[in-house]
Amino acid sequence: MSTAQEEIAQGWQRTHRLAIAVAALRGVQQALIPLVLVTIGSGGFGGGVFLVVPILLAILSLGVGAAWLKWRRLRYRVGESDIKVEQGLISRHARSVPYERIQDVSLEQKPIPRLFGLVEVRFETGAGGKDELQLAYVSMEEGERLREVVRDQREGVALAGDPAAPEQGPAGEPRGELLFAMGPDRLLTFGLFSFSLVVIAVIAGAAQQFDVFLSFDPWDFSEWEDRLAGPGAWLAGLGWASRIVGGMILFLGLIVLGMVTGVVRTFLRDWDFRLEKTPKGFRRRRGLLTKTDVVMPAHRVQAVTVGTGLMRKLWGWHGLSFISLAQDAKSANHDVAPFAKMEEIAPIVREAGFALPADTTDWRRPSSKYRTDKALLGAIPLLLVGFVTFFLEPVVWLGPIILALAAFEVAHQYYLWLHERHAVDPRQVLSRRGWLVPRLEIADKVKLHSASITQGPLAKKRGYASLTFGLAGGTLSFDGLPLADAEAMRGQVLDSIAAVDFARLPR
Amino acid sequence: MSASLANEGLTPVDPAYVKVMRIEAVLASIPFVVGAIVLEVAGLLFTGAFLVPVVLLAMLLILMVPLRRYNARGYDMAEDRLRVVRGLLFRMDTVVPFSRVQHIDVLQGPLERAFGIGRLVLHTAGTHNASVMLPGLNYELASAMREDIRAHVKRETM
Repeated sequence: MSTAQEEIAQGWQRTHRLAIAVAALRGVQQALIPLVLVTIGSGGFGGGVFLVVPILLAILSLGVGAAWLKWRRLRYRVGESDIKVEQGLISRHARSVPYERIQDVSLEQKPIPRLFGLVEVRFETGAGGKDELQLAYVSMEEGERLREVVRDQREGVALAGDPAAPEQGPAGEPRGELLFAMGPDRLLTFGLFSFSLVVIAVIAGAAQQFDVFLSFDPWDFSEWEDRLAGPGAWLAGLGWASRIVGGMILFLGLIVLGMVTGVVRTFLRDWDFRLEKTPKGFRRRRGLLTKTDVVMPAHRVQAVTVGTGLMRKLWGWHGLSFISLAQDAKSANHDVAPFAKMEEIAPIVREAGFALPADTTDWRRPSSKYRTDKALLGAIPLLLVGFVTFFLEPVVWLGPIILALAAFEVAHQYYLWLHERHAVDPRQVLSRRGWLVPRLEIADKVKLHSASITQGPLAKKRGYASLTFGLAGGTLSFDGLPLADAEAMRGQVLDSIAAVDFARLPR
Repeated sequence: MSASLANEGLTPVDPAYVKVMRIEAVLASIPFVVGAIVLEVAGLLFTGAFLVPVVLLAMLLILMVPLRRYNARGYDMAEDRLRVVRGLLFRMDTVVPFSRVQHIDVLQGPLERAFGIGRLVLHTAGTHNASVMLPGLNYELASAMREDIRAHVKRETM
């Protein structure tokens, strides 16, 4: 490795020194629970504190040492056409990512780095997960600078000729046009709809983990009986009415718990949610403890999805997300308006260059033969099993249930036939999917990559086929189309694809 | 319009592909035939109880299936797109516009080399159908097709 001066002269840089402190602190944080356990375990003979202090010091110094070595051996360079990162203690790992391959740059602030004013920078290339290039941690200003550099490098020419030059905000960064924001009121409503009982699983897990601290074994049923037999004996003496009331209280308690969990989780994730349209793309900021700041260039949006939920549909709430190659919190979709009314979603969709279906949209539906076959394939085995159970004495009560399931399957397919549909307009392919929770997906025709029609043996006999488009970062598939429709649809899309070269896709 | 995907107007692949598929089937069925012979020698059931069905199935897979698969396969190289059709029971008909091709491979295994054929693979950026394979092409033809597609991709980008 060259000397420090040479490195700087060549443009090599290091992450922020305080990253060492962050790494060390995280080591302590991870060691805290085992440490507490050790303290309690050794508490019996009074030497707990004398044991803990040296261990803590040892963990801290080891953590600092490792973090320092890691920091010392990592360097990056912002070059003319790419970003280079070299890292590794024993085996060196050098990576170079060209600017035009970077989908977007996201900044993330977890609670500890936030105390030090540091951010983690991630360059999204579409490689996915661990293969993404990331720098942990640099100062906030350096993160912003890196992002600017990447964007300017990639879009330099286009930006210079942009007549609508952005006005400069107070911080010197271009001020974006606010498209969507969620205040505390909206978050509260969103949280109430994000009912979740995950906390019960967490409590049960914790009970299992820490059952040494409980004075009894929570998993032993007879012990519960013993406990109830003493002070809890009055429970058994209660009448039916009070038991029903008790059950209802428990049920309501669960609902309240689920809603509170939903609200807390929503507040943590989506606090101060802001979506802005900047000249460089869509910028989304959110988070209470862990703050994230993601910019998605508008041309990288491959498709948009409008989803909803079972309950939120009734009140007209919908969620909008973008499909792109870059990953967002481990999912390929970027939430851009997770909880909004359609009239708020429409302008965002328009800004992304898509159009919501209009009244004139020519919706089509899969072949009725396809739905019939699906219903029969689902219902006939159930019917057979159901009739058999009528002649089996011990399970005769199962018969009506199974027959009801068969009827439900037929009704389900009929409902889907009524509601699932698709359309092709001059610019995009639209698909409306789903039963209780409908989902609308809109893909840009020229951003599709291939088209295939498949037919199984049954489909061949009955004259329908599946049509699947190659979409970067998602799937777009239509089952059970009449073959002629599928071929016509493929032809339409292919003609628009072939007319525009991939390299000249609107950037 | 017929109710199932037809092979009209498609170019068939190289007949040597049938031979390659047959040899592959022979290689794949050898362990089963050997196993059947061992069971015959052990004399668990009446004579031929294992060998006859296994050999019949192997004959079917070696003689019949490759020919039918060959007949089911075809491609169409148009000016700006490649269409690949395959499959006996499950038909699949894929079209890749050259303008969406990210990179192109021509692959050749040892058996394919002996018969002078190769596989052409087109890679796209789509998540579904990220690579579309066309096996059983004459190797020179596959290379020529690759050059054609590459020239097309290049011309479009310039």
